[in-house]
Amino acid sequence: MEEALEGNLELKEIQRLEGHSDRVWSLAWNPVAGAAGVPAMLASSSGDKTVRVWQQSGRDWDCVAVLDEPHTRTVRSSAWSPCGKLLATVSFDATAAIWKHAGGDFDCVSTLEGHENEVKSVSWNASGSLLATCSRDKSVWIWEVLPGNEFECVSVLQGHTQDVKMVQWHPFLDILFSCSYDNTVKVWAEDIDSDDWHCVQTLGESNNGHSSTVWALSFNSAGDEMVTCSDDLTLKIWKSEIQKQQVGDGYAPWKHLCTLSGYHDRTIFSVHWSRDGIIASGAADDAIRLFVENKDGQVDGPSSPSYKLLLKKEKAHDMDVNSVQWSSKETRLLASASDDGAIKIWKLESIS
Amino acid sequence: MTLGLINANPIVHAKKERIARTEDLHCEDAVDPLDIYDSVRDIRDPEHPYSLEQLSVLSEESVTVDEKRGRILITFTPTIQHCSMATVIGLCLRVKLMNSFPPHFKVDIKVSPGSHANEESVNKQLNDKERVAAALENPNLRQLVDECLQSNDL
Repeated sequence: MEEALEGNLELKEIQRLEGHSDRVWSLAWNPVAGAAGVPAMLASSSGDKTVRVWQQSGRDWDCVAVLDEPHTRTVRSSAWSPCGKLLATVSFDATAAIWKHAGGDFDCVSTLEGHENEVKSVSWNASGSLLATCSRDKSVWIWEVLPGNEFECVSVLQGHTQDVKMVQWHPFLDILFSCSYDNTVKVWAEDIDSDDWHCVQTLGESNNGHSSTVWALSFNSAGDEMVTCSDDLTLKIWKSEIQKQQVGDGYAPWKHLCTLSGYHDRTIFSVHWSRDGIIASGAADDAIRLFVENKDGQVDGPSSPSYKLLLKKEKAHDMDVNSVQWSSKETRLLASASDDGAIKIWKLESIS
Repeated sequence: MTLGLINANPIVHAKKERIARTEDLHCEDAVDPLDIYDSVRDIRDPEHPYSLEQLSVLSEESVTVDEKRGRILITFTPTIQHCSMATVIGLCLRVKLMNSFPPHFKVDIKVSPGSHANEESVNKQLNDKERVAAALENPNLRQLVDECLQSNDL
């Protein structure tokens, strides 16, 4: 059982990783590293057109690889496959690249072409059998992972009216979420009869959604709540009766639960929900904020939950915070990346 | 083929006298709106051989600074309501400021209220840093921006 979050907490900077020569856009923890004697591993994507892979070594972190090919422009983001052996990277050069991590080396085993312009985000589904990418060309592509490092496009999803900022699969169901410059979040599912993917829900301003670009989204560990962050300076929590959908009881729509506003005063670029229930957000105000469910005053049983600020870290970086990511293995370990070119590793601790 | 100019006959104003000012009375990191104005007034219009100041796209009132919060706001006025060059002008202003002032300053660039037919969408685009970053990696656009920034002597 986790120790309770009590008393005064601090976000303590334990490491600063320098190496990129331009802004760092995004971070991805290797999901299988960081436990059972396997050292933690983090990939960072940058405006310097490279991806760096960092590995923990005792108390230090080393840059163990610089992937400077094949991308010719900004690498916007990356994602590890669930097994941790493949790394997908996407770039403003309109391509995605797949890297195989074996024996300490990274080999580019495949390049995915098809988007018309900047690819911004990539996500693997829970089983690692599907990959999704999205682009300024307004489309979302779903790729099937075939033997021999082959990737076949199985669907091109049109629906967003502006560039798509991020794609994210549900943590255990094959439902895809995308968020966009058009201010909406769209939910995509496969039609069992026709094998076609289509949009099953749009979360827009008319259903308590965001009023400006939605930059990122993340799920809680149970997969029944989602948080989104936006240029409208708010975070929003959404809920779905996902258990019904799991037992095949049809689509369980997402409903707006609450809005967290008044915390960041510039665009919120990144949000990530930890396995133990802490939401981290990073924004253009250089700050990181942490939120948790507010369990105070809920005497009347299952009233609708609310969220409260747990901690604010002003000046977390010298410039915009572009990405915040909780470690997949070690609890209360957070990584952040910034326009200042630095990556920081933080530990959430009680002040003794 | 000759491309039609978007605004074929802009009104051109005289360049203003530069105000002589004593150097840094305040702390080193301080940013003065007039310093910012001085750094952007001579940016060349993407369409015409005149500066943004000469075309009244910018004036001293265009720049506001919130020193305490580290914010710079530039509001410019395109010469015509449907100016498709507005986003290029915005990019020029952003690059110029990136090159001239401390990077931790937060810069917002907007068209002045009512000055553009697509005011909201132009403002959104100019302040989406991912779009700005992608635009500046586009060689043609980058060249256009660099040309506008080079011409300090018109």
